[in-house]
Amino acid sequence: MISLNVNQKTYEVDVDGNMPLLWVIRDIIGLTGTKYGCGVAQCGACTIHMNGEAVRSCVTKVSRASGQKIVTIEGLSQNNDDPLQLAWQEIDVPQCGYCHSGQLMSAAVLLRENPNPTDEDIDIAMSGNICRCGTYLRIRKAIHLAAGMHQNKSKEAKLG
Amino acid sequence: MKKHSAKKFHGPFPLKATLVALAIVSGIVMLAAFRDGNDKSGNSNMYDTIRDGNEKPENNKHVEANKDSIESVKAFMKVYSVLMSPRCMNCHPAGDAPLQGDDNHVHTMNVVRGPNGTGMYAVKCSNCHQPTNAPGPHAPPGNPKWQLPPSDMKMVFQGKTARQLALQIMNYNQNGNKNKAQLLEHAKDTLVKSAWNMGEGRTPPPMSYTAFVSVWNEWIKKGGYAPK
Repeated sequence: MISLNVNQKTYEVDVDGNMPLLWVIRDIIGLTGTKYGCGVAQCGACTIHMNGEAVRSCVTKVSRASGQKIVTIEGLSQNNDDPLQLAWQEIDVPQCGYCHSGQLMSAAVLLRENPNPTDEDIDIAMSGNICRCGTYLRIRKAIHLAAGMHQNKSKEAKLG
Repeated sequence: MKKHSAKKFHGPFPLKATLVALAIVSGIVMLAAFRDGNDKSGNSNMYDTIRDGNEKPENNKHVEANKDSIESVKAFMKVYSVLMSPRCMNCHPAGDAPLQGDDNHVHTMNVVRGPNGTGMYAVKCSNCHQPTNAPGPHAPPGNPKWQLPPSDMKMVFQGKTARQLALQIMNYNQNGNKNKAQLLEHAKDTLVKSAWNMGEGRTPPPMSYTAFVSVWNEWIKKGGYAPK
């Protein structure tokens, strides 16, 4: 039995420790927002947060995740109101949408570490997430918008 | 006409014997300097004795009991063949992006070194490189410490000649601040060993791990000399 903390909930799962974390998240726990793309850490569709880092869940054994803090797209915000999610809606970023849970999870790490990224910073952070619809320019625009929202939130919090 | 006849030399030693003796003595002196790596004036000769920067020389005394520049350099040339293989060089690139594959192509995904050598933002090494190899050909190889050298000490292998690389490795200020005893230990590092646990689809270094450790130790214990 392996104990997992996913989106602040504890799950006890009876699986082989070598099973990819993505399988557990989707098929055992039932959180299907995280997608399977390539299975070899090449595309980024399966990106989740493990202790705050944008880990590829398709190549991460569930045994590595035991006792760690896992966040999936479903846990990025309480009400789908993370500035990134709002910016994604505002810009209407996705086309088919398949890669975007991974895109958002990667973008969240970027903004945490660099609240005001340049285009170059965005390219460095997001190059591991592939979008077959080619929405890269809208992704970049949405990240800039979300960065602005983050900063406004911070200012409001200081004033309030 | 007066005949000129060559005067015989009547010094204390016959000329021939003096020349032969001089040749033998200078040969011995040159050979000694050659094996020691430096001539009497302190100028660099065939091989360079490594200067260790800030390292304290007493730290190396017990390591270098049997200095021999010729054997040391011979051993280093074997070490060099391993260090320049893709399994080692790919994580010691000349630029700020790691390399991949047997052809040393630049790592896909625009991966960059970052200040600590662990990547940046959402593209950190351990996001894809797990503690163990991922299954399947060309899937990410694994190690718990997977990373590049940090940006303030890049320890570049790519493009270095044998001489440049030997001098760099033996330079305390360019090798991660290791003295010779620590360099010997470094061969046992799990990240060094991972070159021989390369995962499917990758060519191993040109000799076994055991053979590598043997020539690495020989190079350092015999003086850590750099080839010309």
